[in-house]
Amino acid sequence: MFYIFCPYCKEHREEEEFHARGQAHLMRPSDPDNTSDEEWGDYLFFRNNPRGIHHEMWVHSVGCRKFFNITRNTVTYDILETYPMGEQPTITAATPDVRHEQGVQVADGGWQTVGARSENKALNEETSS
Amino acid sequence: MSNVSVSNVREFNTVPDGNPKVESPLAWSYQQHPAPRASGQAGIVLREKALLGHLVLRGGAIVLDEAVRATLGMSLPAKPNALEHDDSGERSIQWLSPDEWLVIVPGGEEFKLERALRQVLGDAHYSIVNASGGQTVLTLSGDNAREVLMKSTSYDVHPNAFPVGKGVTTVFAKATVVLRRPSETHWELVVRRSFADYCYRWLLDASAEYGIDTQ
Ligand SMILES: [Zn+2]
Repeated sequence: MFYIFCPYCKEHREEEEFHARGQAHLMRPSDPDNTSDEEWGDYLFFRNNPRGIHHEMWVHSVGCRKFFNITRNTVTYDILETYPMGEQPTITAATPDVRHEQGVQVADGGWQTVGARSENKALNEETSS
Repeated sequence: MSNVSVSNVREFNTVPDGNPKVESPLAWSYQQHPAPRASGQAGIVLREKALLGHLVLRGGAIVLDEAVRATLGMSLPAKPNALEHDDSGERSIQWLSPDEWLVIVPGGEEFKLERALRQVLGDAHYSIVNASGGQTVLTLSGDNAREVLMKSTSYDVHPNAFPVGKGVTTVFAKATVVLRRPSETHWELVVRRSFADYCYRWLLDASAEYGIDTQ
């Protein structure tokens, strides 16, 4: 059972009051008409799946019904911080101490989803042929 | 104050003239599920504060604070999970979220209050929703009130964690309720209409071992 600190209610609440809503800090391309299919596809379908530090959007659905962000370790399930929408995490996979303490393994700067970035295109072509 | 914005809002009194017959959301439950007769001293006293006026205010805290000071003579609780009453104890304002408050007033006052608030707020960015018909208030007291709550909600109801003047929206027997503590001896549950019968029957069942007095 998680005990999650809601940055709006300013106290810890039981996990059953919350819902996870996927990866945080996704930015919609500012000019969709002039966005390539690949960029749009990345935005719509591809998500990070890191082993270690992950930033997720959660909603306090039974309490204040506000969305907020959680920095979580996907290996240990440790919740490292929660912070309101519009703010940036203070802990990331690149934070030196965290990388060590949390045993984080991040390949390629946190991008682990094959096909999510153009330089991985070759991999996709290889497997699909 | 802008008349334009006031006239943009369709407001109407949900309680029509002529004193029509009204029923609490629990009317059916009272008929179908009479409380078991308590033998001896009842550990739980359950009452309904039926047909009160419920308004949900949304907007910026500063603007709404000025408005409720001008109309209700109360200040807006700014702290999360805070519940405040006026001197009579009949009117309350509760923090629900950073931009949302629940105002409960005696039944029949809500439309007058809504009008007064709209007059004061003018063209400010806000919303007022009259939720009076959508929810009802149950009060829980008696020696075993806290035991019944402990069986029903995962929220910590120990006095250290839940002092008088606090109110939270939380899970109660898998339903959602607003749980609040207006005084040392009483707890209040603001229950949605669609959950009312379920919560009432849950409370009857959870209170059975202590004996329940429903009047
Ligand atoms: Zn919250």
